[in-house]
Amino acid sequence: MKKKGWKDLPIGGVILEAANTKKYATGDWRTFRPVIDLEKCTNCMRCWIFCPDSSVVLVDGKVNHFDYDHCKGCGICAIECPDNVKAITMIEEAKAKEKH
Amino acid sequence: MGKLVALTGNIAVATAMKQINPDVCAAYPITPSTQVMEQFSEYVADGLVDTELIATESEHSAMSACIGAAAAGGRVMTATSSQGLALMWEMLYIAAGMRFPITLACVNRALSAPINIHGDHSDSMGARDSGWIQIYAENAQEAYDNQIQTVRIAEHMDVRLPVMSCMDGFITSHAVDSLELLDDKAVRDFVGEYKATYPLLDVEHPVTYGALDLQDYFMEHKRAQSEAMKNSRKVILDVAREYKKISGRGFEYFEEYYMDDAEIAIVILSSAAGTVKVVVDEMRAKGEKVGLLRPRVFRPFPYNEIADALSNVKAVAIMDRADSHGAEGGPLFMEFKSALYNSKKQPIMINKIFGLGGRDLMLPDIEMVYRELRDIKNTGKIRTLSEYITVRGEEAAYGKA
Repeated sequence: MKKKGWKDLPIGGVILEAANTKKYATGDWRTFRPVIDLEKCTNCMRCWIFCPDSSVVLVDGKVNHFDYDHCKGCGICAIECPDNVKAITMIEEAKAKEKH
Repeated sequence: MGKLVALTGNIAVATAMKQINPDVCAAYPITPSTQVMEQFSEYVADGLVDTELIATESEHSAMSACIGAAAAGGRVMTATSSQGLALMWEMLYIAAGMRFPITLACVNRALSAPINIHGDHSDSMGARDSGWIQIYAENAQEAYDNQIQTVRIAEHMDVRLPVMSCMDGFITSHAVDSLELLDDKAVRDFVGEYKATYPLLDVEHPVTYGALDLQDYFMEHKRAQSEAMKNSRKVILDVAREYKKISGRGFEYFEEYYMDDAEIAIVILSSAAGTVKVVVDEMRAKGEKVGLLRPRVFRPFPYNEIADALSNVKAVAIMDRADSHGAEGGPLFMEFKSALYNSKKQPIMINKIFGLGGRDLMLPDIEMVYRELRDIKNTGKIRTLSEYITVRGEEAAYGKA
């Protein structure tokens, strides 16, 4: 994407387009990533409610996977996942990348 | 024609605010703030304005609330002084960077320590790089007139920057002065209806304010902000011309008093200029070619116009009511030296720091400065480039003040 010059930008750094973070990967500085075991998951939706970056992706109303472009690895989902379920584990990003 | 009244500078400015009738005022309304907001809160309580008044727990919060209200789409004003302005510091830069046309009545008072409540310019001079336009008034009339003009300057689409309208603490703010007020309708017609750019309350068109701006775009936004400050030069004069039509009172970047044929001159801001005028009158009566230049607009600084105005003067004393510790002289001195660096006709320039913490500047003090300038003009020699005057412990080289 060609970057705009100063004369072409909206005043004061305002962003006119709603939800345009989709275009900007904010998750690239994550050190831990959440991994979900869908066989354990009960679809209580706690992780989906608590995720501050809307990075828990649902398919047909059920928890399916994480949006790693925007997940910053805060671990709230893993903490909020109920104690008797614990379907989400946090693994080191570097190790996760080595695997792939 | 308006109505002649006797008011303090505080009430004059509060009256201007009442006539402007802003949407939101957020302020910390007690000390160090002066009576401006206290007076305005009475207008709110009496239902004379439609303003939403927010009394915050600090000036940092006051400016934050102003920024929020401006983002929402309101016309926003506030007032403060001294430590209050200092506590707003962080948010001053944000108001300017987000390009909100907030207007602020700054009653100039000293900064601690030691604790002092009286007038000097250290508060607003410290904020001179915050991106706010700064205009200084000599008296209550001008404080009133400037306050009304700031709204039009700030809101002009080529500018959209916050504006600080300054007057001297106590000397102007608390003393009763005679001034002419405009009709409420004349003021309201002059300021007109405010049109916000991208108001947050326009829920049909959601926008984001205050997003992270890194190496890829930060500089472009700062460049645009710098252009807005440049644009304000023309707008300030255009607004002044239009204001003259309704008030009969004209304003420029600076006031020149007997500068046409002046050989020596004093440059001084705000209320002290009134005292200098008395000395100029006395010395002119004796045939001495002395003059006064009183800057009104400090940001943006009118470099070219200043260089022209001083091109035929032989020696000039720049008098600062604030120090810039560690620099070679006060903030006004540095600006004037910069303004003249590229000029082919440069006067010899000296700097006097005076009046800190409300210390009086008396007629003999000013005569002493003119005497020194006369010697500099005759000999071409400078004794001291920059020094404190009206201070005990310094030898008065040009006679007892």
